[in-house]
Amino acid sequence: MTSHTTTLDTVQPGELPYAKLGTWLFLASEVMLFGSLFSAYILLRAGSATWPHGWQLLNIKLATLNTVFLITSSVTMVLAYAKIQNGEIGKFRLFLALTILLGSAFLVVKYFEYSHKFHEGHFPSTNLFYATYFTMTGLHVLHVIGGLLVNLYFLFPGLKLYESSPEQFVGRIECSGLYWHFVDLVWIFLFPVLYLL
Amino acid sequence: MTTTTSHHPSIKKYLAVFGALLILTGATVGVSYLHIGSIVITVGIALLIAAAKGSLVAAFFMHLMGEHKWIYLVLALTAFFFLVMLLVPFISHFNDYRI
Repeated sequence: MTSHTTTLDTVQPGELPYAKLGTWLFLASEVMLFGSLFSAYILLRAGSATWPHGWQLLNIKLATLNTVFLITSSVTMVLAYAKIQNGEIGKFRLFLALTILLGSAFLVVKYFEYSHKFHEGHFPSTNLFYATYFTMTGLHVLHVIGGLLVNLYFLFPGLKLYESSPEQFVGRIECSGLYWHFVDLVWIFLFPVLYLL
Repeated sequence: MTTTTSHHPSIKKYLAVFGALLILTGATVGVSYLHIGSIVITVGIALLIAAAKGSLVAAFFMHLMGEHKWIYLVLALTAFFFLVMLLVPFISHFNDYRI
């Protein structure tokens, strides 16, 4: 290990790791990305003569199920982080695998929701409601896929790092967790805004 | 296993937050079935519950309670610009501009 990486990754207690600061800066940019879509949504809905209620067109039961999936996956993610902090690799891998499983379940439900809509002939081009619905949930789905890939990496090939540098690995799981909780947080707002109002 | 017991309180805390998130999810879905007439009240309740859930996730799962000051600074800046962006649609009202 070179001295350069040592200064970057060896963190004293109470010190802020660069990776964590970087993750938060990335999340700040993500807040602005989704914020612009929420802002556009308010403008479009307020400016439209008519706007359907989400519950008239969308499946609330499936979306509630998906909310439960994502919230539970956030819990398993934070438990995975707690376990790796304790050095309990087996339980860490179990909780990370559960997180991936729950995230995948979210995608499966979303697939059924989308395919049902396409089957009915509802596309982003159908009207403003579907345009905003597909744009916002579609961007969110891409974020879920991204989070799953990162967690899959740490479950299998990335786990090697734990042998050589456990502290670094724990830090990476913390950052991966921060991102995953953010994806959950976005859905917590998307769900009422698109489905319930 | 002393290390395991030292982490026990936080795991209980996570499970308590989990319970609260599930209850709030039930509440927001339940309220939506009431079909309250007033748009202000409907949107208000939905956003209030979402904000409560979001705060729980941020405070406990993202460990924002007791974070480093630089992260609070980043978040304060983000919150400011986020609010500015959310207020942009309201400019259209003062502009007398409609889509």
